Formats: sequence, structure tokens, C-alpha cells
Amino acid sequence: MARIGVFICHCGENISATVDVEKVARLAGKLSGVAYSVDYKYMCSDPGQTLIVDAIKEHKLTGIVVGACSPRMHEGTFRKAAEKAGINPYFCEMANIREHCSWVHPKSDETTQKALDIVRTMVEKVKNDTALYPIKVPITKTALVIGGGIAGIQAALDIANAGHQVIMVEKTPSIGGHMSQLSETFPTLDCSQCILTPRMVEVAQHPNITLHTFAEVENVTGFIGNFDVNIRLKAKSVDFSKCTGCGSCWQKCPSKKIPDEFNAGMSFRTAIYTPFPQAVPNKPVIDRANCTWFTKCGKCGICAKICPTGAIDYTIQDEIINVKVGAIVTATGFDIKHSDFFPEYGYGKHPDIIDGLQFERLASASGPTGGEIRRPSDGKVPETVVFLACAGSRDKAKGIEYCSKICCMYTAKHAMLYKHKNHHGKAHVFYMDIRSAGKSYEEFVRRAIEEDDVNYIRGRVSKIYEKNGKLMVVGVDTLLNAKPVTIEADMVVLATAVVANEDAESVAQKLHISYDKHKFFAEAHPKLKPVETNTAGITLAGACQSAKDIPETVAQASAAAAKTIILFSGSELTREPVVATVNRSAAPVFTTCTGCFLCQEVCPYQAIEREEIRDRAGNLLMNAAKVNAGLCQGCGTCVAMCRNKSIDLQGFSNQQMLSEVMGLLNKPFE
Amino acid sequence: MAETFEPKIVAFVCNWCTYAGADLAGTSRTKYATNVRIIRFPCTGRIDFMLLIKAFQNGADGIIVSGCHPNDCHYTSGNFHARRRWMVFKSMLDFIGFPTERITFSWVSAAEGKKWAELVNETTDSVRALGPFTEYKNLDFSQFNQIDHEGIAEQSR
Amino acid sequence: MRIGYYPGCSLQGSGREYSESLLAVAEKCGIVLEEINDWNCCGASAAHSLNHDLSVALPARTLALAEKQGLQQILVPCAACFSRLATAQQELVSSEEMKSKIADYLEMPVQGSARILTVFEFLQEHIFPVADQYIVNKLNHKTACYYGCLLSRPKDLTRLERPEDPMEMEAVMEKAGATPIDWAFKTECCGAGLSVSRTDIVAKLSAKIVEDAVSRGAESIVVACPMCQMNLDIRRKEINKQMDKGSDIPVMFVTQALGLSMGISADKLGLNRHFVSTGKVVSCVGRKEV
Repeated sequence: MARIGVFICHCGENISATVDVEKVARLAGKLSGVAYSVDYKYMCSDPGQTLIVDAIKEHKLTGIVVGACSPRMHEGTFRKAAEKAGINPYFCEMANIREHCSWVHPKSDETTQKALDIVRTMVEKVKNDTALYPIKVPITKTALVIGGGIAGIQAALDIANAGHQVIMVEKTPSIGGHMSQLSETFPTLDCSQCILTPRMVEVAQHPNITLHTFAEVENVTGFIGNFDVNIRLKAKSVDFSKCTGCGSCWQKCPSKKIPDEFNAGMSFRTAIYTPFPQAVPNKPVIDRANCTWFTKCGKCGICAKICPTGAIDYTIQDEIINVKVGAIVTATGFDIKHSDFFPEYGYGKHPDIIDGLQFERLASASGPTGGEIRRPSDGKVPETVVFLACAGSRDKAKGIEYCSKICCMYTAKHAMLYKHKNHHGKAHVFYMDIRSAGKSYEEFVRRAIEEDDVNYIRGRVSKIYEKNGKLMVVGVDTLLNAKPVTIEADMVVLATAVVANEDAESVAQKLHISYDKHKFFAEAHPKLKPVETNTAGITLAGACQSAKDIPETVAQASAAAAKTIILFSGSELTREPVVATVNRSAAPVFTTCTGCFLCQEVCPYQAIEREEIRDRAGNLLMNAAKVNAGLCQGCGTCVAMCRNKSIDLQGFSNQQMLSEVMGLLNKPFE
Repeated sequence: MAETFEPKIVAFVCNWCTYAGADLAGTSRTKYATNVRIIRFPCTGRIDFMLLIKAFQNGADGIIVSGCHPNDCHYTSGNFHARRRWMVFKSMLDFIGFPTERITFSWVSAAEGKKWAELVNETTDSVRALGPFTEYKNLDFSQFNQIDHEGIAEQSR
Repeated sequence: MRIGYYPGCSLQGSGREYSESLLAVAEKCGIVLEEINDWNCCGASAAHSLNHDLSVALPARTLALAEKQGLQQILVPCAACFSRLATAQQELVSSEEMKSKIADYLEMPVQGSARILTVFEFLQEHIFPVADQYIVNKLNHKTACYYGCLLSRPKDLTRLERPEDPMEMEAVMEKAGATPIDWAFKTECCGAGLSVSRTDIVAKLSAKIVEDAVSRGAESIVVACPMCQMNLDIRRKEINKQMDKGSDIPVMFVTQALGLSMGISADKLGLNRHFVSTGKVVSCVGRKEV
């Protein structure tokens, strides 16, 4: 027999000013199933909670309804009080008579009646509530970090330093990512590799980090605390246990004309190669698609002959390894657009029209020109360089309506680097706006304008074409009354859009995380959950989520690491028990579920599994749906989908929701 | 003196968006009509539309169903299923002659306190103009209170 | 499949060589073009500058007549006519209100259902499949393909694959055995309708176009719009005054060039009626490869 307690709060005057709280308490006491009803000034205060605890004990209440503020405010408070008093906290419901009643209506009989209706609704629900217990799930305290750029490196180091095992997977032969390609970083103009390489080495040497380079995640199954991951270790053709990194192989490799990815296509590399001198690990791999031994059936083989330790092994195959992890940090990074996205800018038609990453390589001391800014076409030093900001971003008509965030800063940086290396050169920047909102960022851009004499022109460029050996950049100066401006340049640098990696979609699908229309990975909440995804246990770090600079990336990576460390901090994972369950009963019925699995199709969290129902002899009788409580987030879409109501949501069950509707509308008195 | 008819509006809303939007209307002290009562669901995807029928059967004159805007569902896709379900349900109701003008399907986000108030006011006004929902109230339900469950089960064995 | 033909006013007047050469090429390839009975002026710039309804009704009448004639495809070679007809079609199709209003004006039903082909679509879909057997000469010279404004704008209407750097005309010229060059003024304005009222502006703008083509070694400029042809050809005297060194580079219609490669006589193609002589280019035909 239900013995419900009703507690109506005055909330000071917030509720009592417009609702006759004494009347509500009095009339609620007359509802069937209500054993005790009282009103009080401040229910959430200590004395208020004591009042509730005492009442539960004294009147042997089986459930309570607190008529007060929104459950989003104090449901937790009152559930704890209920637990303290010895009843299951899920027999406590809140009737929202403040936000939804007293605050939005004037003092009147209707307002009091509405408060009573709301209380009565929740009383009926509590009568149908069941005891629920937090769900415990085991945790594997190893983290998987996908991506070896600065985001992955930071996250891996934080998690490893907290004492947990980390497995890092990087698809290129070395970690470092795009940051290793940069010459200097804004706003300090620190040498990028100088600040990055110590971290790279730390990762390689850290006892808690297992690094797999030239490897990719093949597939992921499982759930938070219990992921099962297959990793493909691509065939390096070099036995790393024998290789000493002496470099004899790539020095003698005859295939020297392969476009070098690290130098953004502006120089060549060999088929057996390390991407850059400070690569970690500093051992080469063979690019089989361009290696003579592999493309011409065994011709060549020079590297194997030359290797002093016999480390070259052409017979190595891809290997798939299986690992069990509890959390995954996705740090797969970004790319920039390398195409004639704007055909009128002539990218690809003329070698001296380059993009941002290509300029970084020119400016870089380890780049194809030893750090001197030279034209790719003839190697001459350009006298006039024009930089185009927003060459592909913020343009709804072209399909990239977002701002790529980093280009205003790196364009100023590029112009400054050019001027530092060529004092007499002329640098012009065509811009729409200057977005320099970070710490010391605005001062950095002013430096470019005031100290380094970079000419900023506010206007877009409509066309770039070659004429008499010069690149004619045709734009407009909107601050000079829309005056058309044509600059005869020797080199043009386009700040192209930051875009998701080409394989971003397939990575997201392997991890079952959402992504937006631009293939950037989706965070769980844009304001308050910027590192979590909607898939429990998987976090995001860095530009794979959206364009961002290095300080933000590092911060986000540490945040992702923190979320992972929180997950690993308990011995088990505890989750709210508002989850779906599929009914089960004894033989011969077993379940009313017919195995249509419509619930599985609509579940956003892949929380529905197939369970084989077998008889004693082991014969398969049927496949029925089963909810993985560790994954279920309690949305209830499956419940509404189920055609014969075999699945129900605890805390918002069919009976409970029906009782709310019936309780609301069937008034025992007017 | 004849009382002017005041419609009873039941609102089926999701916890993360519309319920929070209604909370915001409260914190902002936005005033609106007293006719609506909210039933809270975790997600509009959870709403079994049979409950709407039950509500009308038991005295509701109008109904509001409201959740997160498409693409903003806290659970990613629940509101898409609710929307599809609504489209099919509405055309079925239209087919059987049910006055679907009494049901308003909307999206109110947690930031749209004002929109919630407007939605309630507009729905109240339009349902008031439609008058009380009497289609099923004239039927005699009392004869159904004594259903012989055991007898029925016996017969089907 | 019957193909309707809408020459428009220019192709019967100052741009008549475009029509003559187009019909000659079609005839050679065995394609029949059915002129729309009683077609009227598309309204050109005058109508849309003065009255919106008029600018839709005029082309809509032609569309209605085409429908009455049972034509499901219409070729509209003139760039401006194409723009007006396609725009009117879009207006009819996207608004029932507009459609019935216009039908009232016309006192004729109109659906806007026919497919309106650009000259490039026509050449690609109907001529290209059979052209190889008819091409007997290579044009053997460098040519600059000039699109001007209305052939490439608005991009959703004109349907070029790369509106900022189109290659459709180049494909035709390559078929005809010419060498199209890459140049910078493919889609820059020639001055258009200012030809009469502000010839000085046309001279300045067209001079830049001619200058760029010539500086890159072009021996002919090829166009697909009667306005472009007129400005670059008839106004050459004024253009030359704007250039350091004048130029006698001829300006042909793309259909004239294609016709030459098919062995149709220069006379029949109207190449003898240009202001700037086309003689040099005609003599290139059949010359050893450049």
C-alpha cells in the first residue's frame, strides 16, 4: 500500500506569493495514497530536509513528492534526503510549482488549482515508481589516443603521467603532426620543432606509453570502460628491432622523385624514408607504392644490401593487433584545402601561387630552401609577396561558411617572417577582418603592421593571373572607397580553409561518434561539454573537432586527458539507472520481444544487443533484444518504437507516464 | 452566468530543451496563460502517441508536443523519430476525422523561454476558439469499468 | 528527339553569322532544328530594366509557343536570350501565382516545361557524338576562347562546370583541331550594351581583352555570344586606339570555327562579312600543325 508524503515549499515568497501553499498541502493530503502532507518555507534548506527525513521515518512513507522548484534544480538534493531516510531515492519526485506555475501566473484560484494539479500528477507517478539502483560497469584502465600530433601527444603525456597505460596510434611514420611542419609559432615566434620535439621524445621514452606509428585503427567495438580495438600495424618493411637509424638506406635509395608530403609537395623524397630529421621514431619505412622492389617485382634491393644490420625485410606483412582500452581520445587533427577551390586564384596553374603550409616549409630552416623564401618556379627571392586571407573560408556560396580561426594569425606571421628575411621586400595582405582574439595576438598583428611594414588592404581579391612574368593580383581597397587595386606580385600565398581530414568520416564511423556536415567531430554540448562526444568514453582533442590554434589544442587535449583520468579514478563506473530494459520471464515465454530489432535501429548509442535465447539443450529458440545498461543513455526512443511494448524505460516507464496523464486529468474534486 | 470555457492543455515535452525553456520562462517571470500542464519526458522520442489519445479521452481539449530543434537533440536523433512519428500519426488522425488542429507540434529550445510562453498563449487561444473537445465525452465509459480479465483469458486458452 | 530553335533578334540581325554557321553545322551533321513559330523578342535588357512582369511575359510567350508546338527541348544560342528565357522559366516554375498571372497576359497556357539548352550543351550532346566523321580539316592555330558575362553567370543558370575558368568552348575548339590557350580574360566584361551609348567604355574594356589574348600568342578569338562578337569586332577601330599597338586578330563564332573544320565554305559561314578580316585564320585551315 502506497504511503506518499507531500511536501509543499513556500520558497520564501517565490511560490507562496501567488499559490495558496497551505491549501495545496491540505488538499493534497486528501488524495488517495497520501499519508502525510505539509507545507514549509524552505524545503531545500537543512531544516527543510530534516523535516522530510523525519517525516519519512515517522510516518513510514514509501515515497515523496516535493512541490517546489524545477527538478533540474533540486531533484538530486531531495533524492539524497530520501536515501538518508532509508527509502530508495527513485521514489522521490518533484512537482515543479515554481518555474512552471507560481512565477509565470498571477495570484489567483487558477494558479493554486494548477499547482495542485501538478502535485497530483506526480503523486500518481510516485505510486508507480520502482526502486532503481545505480549501474556498475568495470573499467579497463588503459587509454587509446588516436593521432600523434600535439593534441595526441599532450593527452597521452597527461594520462601517462597520471599513472595509466596509454596506447598511441599514428598513421604516418612519425608523430608530430602539422606542428612539426611549422617554422615558427605565433605569437612568440618560437621555433615550432624546438618546442615540439622534446615532447615527442618524452612520448617515445615514457614507460606508460606504447607508441604505434605507421598504424591505423581498424575497428572499435565495446563500450565505455570496455572497448575492444583492432589496430592495423602497416608493413614498414624495416625491422625496427634491428634498425639503428643510421640513414645509409635512404641516402642510397635510387627512387628520389617522390613528392615529399612533409614539405607539402615542394621537394622530393626517397621510397625508403624518414619524414623529417627529428622524426620519432627515427627509423625509416618503405613507401611500397613507390618502391621499385615492390612495383617492379624484386628489381633494386639496394637498401637491403647496404643496411649494416640487415634490418630491411621486404616480406613483412601488415599485422592486426587487438587491444582492450577503457577510453579513447580522438586527436586526428586537420588538413588545409590544397586545391583550386577558387579557380580564379590560379592555384595549381602557377607554381608561385602557394598555400599556407607550403609557405611554412619555405620559411622553415629544415625545408626545401633552407629557410630562405624563394619562388618555387625559378628559385629567385620574391620582391613582392601578396598574402590572401580568407581564401576559402567564411564563404557560404562556396560551401565553407565557417571561419578557419588560425589564418589571420599565421598570415601576419608569414608576412613578418618574409619581411624579417627580406628587409627590402614588399608584403601585402588582402583581408576581410582581423581575428586576433587570443592572448598577445592583437599586439602580434599590430607588430606586423607597425614594425614590419606589412601593407594590410581591406578587400578581397577577384582574380590572379600571370602576365609578363608577374602575378597580377586584382583586388579592391574597401577602406579607400572601393578603389580597385592591382598588385604585381612575385609570389602569392593563399590562406586556404582548414578542413577535416579526408578520412575523418571513416574514423568517426569506426568510433560511432557524430560529425557535422563539414566532417568535424561533434562535441556533446557546444558550451558545456566541448571535449566529450555523445559516445560515452570517447573524447575529442584538437582540430578534429574544429579549427583551433596550438594553445587551445593543448588545453583541450589536457581536458580530454582529465576526463579520461576521472573515468579511471574509480574501481568501477557508476551510472544513473534511467535505462531501458527488455522484459524477460521464465520459460516457455522468455520474453514478449519478437526480435524485430527496430529498437536497435533507432538507438543513437548502439546500446541494444542481440541475445540468443536458448533452451536447456542449447537449441536456439529466438534472438531477442537486450539493452546494454552501460551504454544506454535513457532517451526512451526504443520504448516508443516497440510495437508490442516489450521494452520499457526505468524512471519513465509506460505505467508511470500513463499514471501522470490519468492523474492530471481525472480530478477527484473541482 | 455562463462561465467562459477555459481549455485544458496538456504539454508533452522533453527534459533537455522545452522543459528547460519553460524553466527559463519561469526564471524570467514571463507571464502566460494558466491552462497548460506539463508532462516531462527524457526525450520527445520517448513519447508514445497513444498517450495523446488517452489525454483527449480523459478531458484534455488541446495538446502541445515540443522538444529540441532538429539536429539539437540531446540524444542525437530522438526528435527526428518523434517528428516522423508525428507525421504518420497526424495523417492517420486526419484520415479518421480527428481534429488535429487541437494538437500543436513544436520545437522550443532551452534558450527560448519567450517562445514557450508565446506557444502556450497561442495554443490556448486557438483551442479556446475551437471549444471543448466533446467527441468522446458523450460516450458512456462506466460500462467498461468491470472488465472480466480472467474470463477473457479463460476463453482464449 | 525534336530540337526547337530560338534565334532571337540578334541572330537575325547583326549576329546573323552565328545563326547561319550554327544551322550549317547542324545540317552537315544531320540534325534538324525546328524554329519556334511566331517567336518574339525575349525583351533583352530593356524589358527587365523597366517592368518585371513584362520581362517574364515576353520570353514566356515563346516558351508557350514552343510547348504548343510540342517541343521538349529548345536551343537558345544567344547568351542574353538564353538568360532571359531560362530566368523566365525559373519564375514560372517556382510560383503558381506567377504562372497563372503570365498565362493571363498571354491568353495562352504556359508550363515552362521545355528544357532550354545552351549552345555548349547542344554541341556536346548532339554534335559531338557524330562530329568526328565530319571533321575534315584541322584549324591549326592558337585561339583564345572568350565567354564574356552572360555565358557564365549566374552560375546555377548557365551550368558551366567551372564558371570562373570554363573549358566548354575549349573542348569544341580542340575537336576542331585548334589549340586553345590559357589566358586571363575569359569571363571579363566587354562592355556589353554600352556599345552604342558609351562606346568609349566598350573600347577600354574590350581593349584589355584583346591585349591579353594577343600577348599570349592567340591568333583568333572565338566567342559564343553576338554581343561579344560585335564589340570585339565592329568596335575594333576604337579598341585599337586604346592599345599601344593595334591588333587585327579576327573574332569568330565557335560555330563558324567548327564549320570550317567540317569543310563548310567560309562564305557559307559568313566569315567574309566580319569587320576584322578572318582571312589569315581561314588560310590556317589544313596548314601543318602549329
